[in-house]
Amino acid sequence: MNKPAKKQAELIREISGVNPLKCMKCGKCSATCPSYDEMDIKPHQFVSYVQNENIEALVQSKTLWKCLSCFACVERCPRDVRPGKLIDAARQIVVRERGADYLSPDEIPELLDPELPQQLLVSAFRRYRR
Amino acid sequence: MKYSYYPGCTLRTKAKDLDAYAKASARALGFELEEIENWQCCGGVYPLGSDEIATKLSSVRALNEAKEKGQELVTLCSACHHVIKRVNDDMKHVEDIRTRANNYMQLETPYAGETTVLHYLEVLRDRIGFDVLKEKVVNPLTGRKIGAYYGCLLLRPGSVMAFDNPENPTIIEDFIRAIGAEPVVYPYRNECCGGYISLKEKELSKNMCDTIMESAEGFGAEMLITACPLCLYNLNKSTAKKLPVYYFTELLAEALGVKDAKEEVAK
Repeated sequence: MNKPAKKQAELIREISGVNPLKCMKCGKCSATCPSYDEMDIKPHQFVSYVQNENIEALVQSKTLWKCLSCFACVERCPRDVRPGKLIDAARQIVVRERGADYLSPDEIPELLDPELPQQLLVSAFRRYRR
Repeated sequence: MKYSYYPGCTLRTKAKDLDAYAKASARALGFELEEIENWQCCGGVYPLGSDEIATKLSSVRALNEAKEKGQELVTLCSACHHVIKRVNDDMKHVEDIRTRANNYMQLETPYAGETTVLHYLEVLRDRIGFDVLKEKVVNPLTGRKIGAYYGCLLLRPGSVMAFDNPENPTIIEDFIRAIGAEPVVYPYRNECCGGYISLKEKELSKNMCDTIMESAEGFGAEMLITACPLCLYNLNKSTAKKLPVYYFTELLAEALGVKDAKEEVAK
């Protein structure tokens, strides 16, 4: 990332519309996350990283590609912090600025099977690429 | 009664049954689904970024066409419903998105969220009524123990989707009762199936679906029903308990005695 961390953190707050300072660190987001085990930075930690502007760790994080956008953390957050929106915003700055796509069309043929719905391809492309 | 109808990409391809049974059932219940002309794919996932505009426009086009026809807009696929309903909420309540989307659209009259978006299940509940549906059932599915699989997209975020209580929904259970079967309530019915993660990380979504299947089976369900082609696909990949998974419209058509009519109405 070329931009300074402060600017990046601002961008994440702006794209997500989330104020991470509202977090009271109850951990409910992580408790309810179905991808928790797969994430290196857990949802409640993710919020703290944005607060502390520790952006380099976030944009390198596996968490960006493990979030399912199922909105369990968004629905269940007692402070309306919506960690899933922060994760999505960090993912956005990665795919927008780095071109670091998580999915390439070349990978598709071997991922297909006869039952696979079009919806899955469309969703994955929108989620993993610019 | 005539509604505008947005089928979406998968209902024209892998999920033709979801669509055909819905149309055959609509005819039996006395309403018509008029397909939006030249609809475009919704994108499958709602673009969360507050500065994402272009990715929301296909929904705005469908919403505006329904508005111009003076019709409510009906969806069937959970993902399309989620995306279109949330974009409509943005157009209604978020001034920046509304202004910028309308700058792209260049409509004679700007679109500002006027259309009502209804999922097919909401049409059954709020326009037809489950009591009326029950009266029209000719072939009640007596004795079948059915688990409703809601997943995430229809319910959350509850403040926007306003589909049902996001933590303790009843709409699909009420639907199951209306068609004469017995609903089985189980804890994982509103937890995520893994969604798009199943493209690259098949093991991860399989584990989630195993948990859902085991939960449903443990509470006595003999089958699951869903409104989402991706949930159906993911659930069918579970190797834990092999409960059959159906689209809710298939059981609806069966109960209404129009299951064989689906070929006729399918385009």
